[in-house]
Amino acid sequence: MFPIEKYHRATEIEDAVQALAADPAARVIAGGTDVLVRLHGGNRDYGVLVDINGLDELKEIRMEEDGAIMIGALATCTEIIEHPIITGNLPMLAQSLATIGGPQIRNTATMGGNICNGAVSADSACAALVYEFDLVIQGVQGERVESIHGFHTGPGRTILGQGDLLTFFRIRPENYQGIGASYTKYAMRGAMDIATIGCGAAVRMDNTTIQELKLAFTVAAPTPIRCPQAEQVVRGRELNDETLALLAETVAEDVQPRTSWRAEKEFRLHIIRTLAKRVTRAAADTLGGNN
Amino acid sequence: MQTQTINLIINTRPYEVAVDVRASLLDLLRELGFTSVKQGCGVGECGACTVLVDGVAVDSCLYLALWADGKKIRTVEGECADGKLSPVQEAYVEEGAVQCGFCTPGLVMATTAFLEKHGGRDFSREELKKAHAGNLCRCTGYQTIINAVEKVVKK
Repeated sequence: MFPIEKYHRATEIEDAVQALAADPAARVIAGGTDVLVRLHGGNRDYGVLVDINGLDELKEIRMEEDGAIMIGALATCTEIIEHPIITGNLPMLAQSLATIGGPQIRNTATMGGNICNGAVSADSACAALVYEFDLVIQGVQGERVESIHGFHTGPGRTILGQGDLLTFFRIRPENYQGIGASYTKYAMRGAMDIATIGCGAAVRMDNTTIQELKLAFTVAAPTPIRCPQAEQVVRGRELNDETLALLAETVAEDVQPRTSWRAEKEFRLHIIRTLAKRVTRAAADTLGGNN
Repeated sequence: MQTQTINLIINTRPYEVAVDVRASLLDLLRELGFTSVKQGCGVGECGACTVLVDGVAVDSCLYLALWADGKKIRTVEGECADGKLSPVQEAYVEEGAVQCGFCTPGLVMATTAFLEKHGGRDFSREELKKAHAGNLCRCTGYQTIINAVEKVVKK
């Protein structure tokens, strides 16, 4: 038996918000692949649960008339990975989610949970950062939209306050059209593992010239991050070995990797430099042509 | 603690049961006698507790029992019909993909879900391994298991 002390099954979004607002200890349970693991380990911080699994409207994946893609917070990794709107427009998101856990975990885990639990290693975080996700949040004061930039405030921490419920991710067309994107998860095992470093890149190319690079890392700092200095230094340069070397050199200024039992700081930095080059190249390769 | 009455189908039979909201689907199934469903790690890493919920493979240890309300659950007990093994079970036997057997029910269900979703297509060994990455086996070294999967997928 999980040490659940209080359980509320939300009947609608508003009801979930009220239940979350009413108890400072209340936590959301969605797919359960993090919350139930913590409860299994006896973690008392998860004893009061608001279950949002009855909110079927949050499972939806759709495209708006203006081309914005909406992904419900309750959509499972598998549902997102296999959805034609995602494979056709956000292939790097599907690629990223496919690196999470194993099939059974992906069948129940939600991207909402992956982003909201604040994990520094979240495999969907690089995609969220390079596709510039907007997060639609329902709170006691009503609905608001926050950017993914600044959403994570520290390991396991986000800007979500008491009574806040993430309902949808929104990806605007200007943030996914005309770009090539790729993700690589560096981990000790090929499956069922946590990233030592995760790297996502999205590029806009003008023939062989980098118009714009968006480079993101997980486990490279206290939150998932973008790399403004590295991105700036390659802007307008030819995509070649020299530029990639410059990228690898500059990226060190954007990151603050640390030593943990998984890997030493120096090793992490080595992976960061290597992946910055490799993943940027892979992102450009998805555009085809000879860049 | 709260209990909630749920209705579900396990294999072919409907059940109406009062479940403790703290219980996992694994707890419930074992209590009802479906002891093919094993608890290994309890945290979604080993897949020994894999069952199908409306055809989708899930770790029943990380699934609240009450989420099964209105769902159709399949365990290995229901795969053998009229004394005849399912094609997946048959392939596991033929390839000798079983040693101690603890992981086998979960693996058989993982293969069953994969086959029903993707059967008839060609898969590389690597893809088949990926599709079974959520199940650990400590005896076989996996080769015979992947052989069995390969065989049944090709059928």
